[in-house]
Amino acid sequence: MRAQWVGLDRWVLLVVGVSLLLALPVLTVFVTALQPAGAVWRHLADTVLADYVRNSLLLMLGVGVGTLLIGVPAAWLTSIHEFPGRRLFEWMLLLPMAIPAYIIAYTYTGLLDFAGPVQTALRESFHWSRQDYWFPEIRSLPGAVLMLALVLYPYVYLLARAAFLEQSVAVLEVSRSLGAGPWRRFHAVSLPMARPALIAGVSLVQMEALADYGTVQYFGVSTFTTGIFRVWYGMNDSIAAAQLAGLLLLFVFALLVFERFSRRLARFHHTGNRQFRPARLALRGRWRWLATLACLLPLLFGFLLPAGQLAIWAFRTAPRMMDGRFWHLLSHSLSLALGAALLILALALLLGYGQRLRPRPLARAAVRGAGLGYAVPGTVVAIGVMLPLAAIDRGVDGWARQWLGLSTGLLLSGTVMALLFAYCTRFLPVALHSVEAGLARIRPSMDDAARALGATPRAVLWRVHIPMLRGSLLTAVLLVFVDVLKELPATLILRPFNFNTLAVRTYELASDERLADSASFALAVVLAGIGPVILLSRAIGRSRPGYDAVS
Amino acid sequence: MTPFLDLAAIDVAYPPKRVVENVSFKMNSAAIGCLLGPSGCGKTTLLRAIAGFEPIQSGSIRLEGTELSRPGWTLPPEQRRIGMMFQDLALFPHLTVADNVAFGLRGWKADERRARVRDLLRLVGLDEYARRYPHQISGGQQQRVALARALAPRPRLLLLDEPFSSLDVALREDLAHEIRAILLREGIGGLLVSHDQFEAFAFADQIGVLDQGRLLQWDNAYNLYHRPADHFVADFIGQGVFLPGQMGEGSRVCTELGDIDGIPLAGCEPGDPVEVLVRPDDVTHDDASPLAAEVVERAFRGAEFLYTLKLPSGARLLCLAPSHHNHRLGERIGIRLEIDHLVMFRRG
Repeated sequence: MRAQWVGLDRWVLLVVGVSLLLALPVLTVFVTALQPAGAVWRHLADTVLADYVRNSLLLMLGVGVGTLLIGVPAAWLTSIHEFPGRRLFEWMLLLPMAIPAYIIAYTYTGLLDFAGPVQTALRESFHWSRQDYWFPEIRSLPGAVLMLALVLYPYVYLLARAAFLEQSVAVLEVSRSLGAGPWRRFHAVSLPMARPALIAGVSLVQMEALADYGTVQYFGVSTFTTGIFRVWYGMNDSIAAAQLAGLLLLFVFALLVFERFSRRLARFHHTGNRQFRPARLALRGRWRWLATLACLLPLLFGFLLPAGQLAIWAFRTAPRMMDGRFWHLLSHSLSLALGAALLILALALLLGYGQRLRPRPLARAAVRGAGLGYAVPGTVVAIGVMLPLAAIDRGVDGWARQWLGLSTGLLLSGTVMALLFAYCTRFLPVALHSVEAGLARIRPSMDDAARALGATPRAVLWRVHIPMLRGSLLTAVLLVFVDVLKELPATLILRPFNFNTLAVRTYELASDERLADSASFALAVVLAGIGPVILLSRAIGRSRPGYDAVS
Repeated sequence: MTPFLDLAAIDVAYPPKRVVENVSFKMNSAAIGCLLGPSGCGKTTLLRAIAGFEPIQSGSIRLEGTELSRPGWTLPPEQRRIGMMFQDLALFPHLTVADNVAFGLRGWKADERRARVRDLLRLVGLDEYARRYPHQISGGQQQRVALARALAPRPRLLLLDEPFSSLDVALREDLAHEIRAILLREGIGGLLVSHDQFEAFAFADQIGVLDQGRLLQWDNAYNLYHRPADHFVADFIGQGVFLPGQMGEGSRVCTELGDIDGIPLAGCEPGDPVEVLVRPDDVTHDDASPLAAEVVERAFRGAEFLYTLKLPSGARLLCLAPSHHNHRLGERIGIRLEIDHLVMFRRG
């Protein structure tokens, strides 16, 4: 029971103000999208818009099905069966998360194109020449689906695994006593019971697929994100770009609603009390090896092969690429990511504590609104950051020209400020989630107990809160750090002139067909990405089902 | 002599709702009190006001003659030297058992602090567990750590917010007795919040019954049971039923079970409707009695039966009978009223 004060005070105003600021990009996109359609938009609608919608939908659908086909069997096998390598697969299946989709796309292009090792080996062993054989083109829509599915399936795997582990043992034992064999138990009991979790996982995956820019751009597939870039840079029409972004947002929000809804259902779906799992079902004969194979393939194609290829390229090109510029870029990129992570952590702490100290519905709603940023594609965030900042710059510049007779140029829109603003919008929810989870562990009675034992409010902060929050804060910083390091589209749009990050450099080199040269940069991103995977796998090791871990 | 703890006409409100209204009571030093009431009656809020977590809107709270709270001013909890045990214990999960106990000993010399922690852990029988973390020990042990932690800074008063509710019954009684003994030995006042009257009887010298934010009676257990101040207290404490009756001449009350001699009720005229509290031990089973009632329910309690009886008018009574008086349902048995402490209230 906490006192309820009526009215606004500094905390509430601060929380609501920061939340509104963070929601500004999304609001801008929506407001701009409502403007009457211009000539460019009409041109788009007549020509390529249908392609964007069709390709984006196909991508969503394909990646959804692909991640289900990979993630669900892997989760089913590792969560309640025993077979060779199960313990290892349990966490290693998460490794593909470390590779950003655009990097796996570059790697497979290098592996599978005409001059790549696979086709070369085929030609050499069969003495074929170019016209003698057909080889699937990886740079295509199906190729993009495959790439995205290979690195996104861990979301489905994590949520499905949690759902399977949480299912009441009693229900499975009842179905066993009613004569249901393992297959029937899977498709008639376990799978339907896990359905809400699977829908939630697939919705998350589809949001990521919609947000992808690097893969579809490289593969020449026209989707919303590549369309936004084309309209923004090619046609120089910011209104039409925002309108396209607004349409993309509608797709994303539909998925978001769907995901929230199925998560709520998921809560109703396990009502039975938790019991200890009986021993895992040990697979026998060829089933053991099939199970091993089903888990090995996604790991092999999603991580081992691309990471191995990157390592080989990096090893070959490193002497040339790892020059002074590389180290400069590395330290630059790392310090940008760290700075952004610390800034975002500070904001998350502010919002988390604001809500804890003043649990008011208004503040809650505002923070929930700011929390939607994670679902918003980086491209959309970038447009939403660019428009208002550019307007401010134009206003200030016009005023200065008129009254001071000088041009102030780009004060905000072409600077690191804009980039940091976009990162805050997009990645604050990640940090907020950790901070809120940490704060929830500090029950109000612990504050009271410390006060009753003579600690002042400041002492409570230093002696109770900070030690108890330390782990959550480190997690928040690590997750945001890696997310910023991997971020591509928003950084491409918003970066100041001559400003580079590892991700952007990888993209630039890959665009110049210097795939092997990009490997050192890509490998650095992937290595950083393994950090969060270790965190997640430690959570799995403690056998805490992974709901918290994902969103 | 100034009372140890003195609450004078205090109100606590979460605007616009008043949660505690006009509560006054006094406690003497080294006494143990209890605030008893159903959930939502305001007892925990009252305790939190004494601890300094909730401001009061009127009245005053004094401890050993010093004012702790008045409207518009609240001495911060950390300056009150009042210890508190919480319902969820609120042990710090990041500290060991010893560090939890030492938490309130900031500013003590290191060797004194170590000695105090050692003494307290020995007192609660946990000296072996000093280096464990809270999640590594059992629920009962956690309770003891919470007690040791609250006692370590030598508080003047220990507040206990239903700290036994998570324990099973046997452990609960042991711990309550143990804590009572420790408090009395160390000369620390105690104030428990509970919804369980047996816990209150076992633990406290003085008990306050609260309902809807009001303190209905502040008294010892015997008086609460035998001289309840109003209908709610009579109903809440112990078992019993109210038998309707009428005031007769003088101090007589006429009921279905005959006339009973009592104390005249102030302001009552002969003929006024009243109700008489009849406890199960007021009804004696007597085969020779001309009064008979039908057995409608029976509960075997080992040494005795608790019979629920129906009178010809339909009114029900509870009767405690030695268990060799084994009667079947539907049987009519003779009863006699033997009321030592007549409790009655005006009806209507």
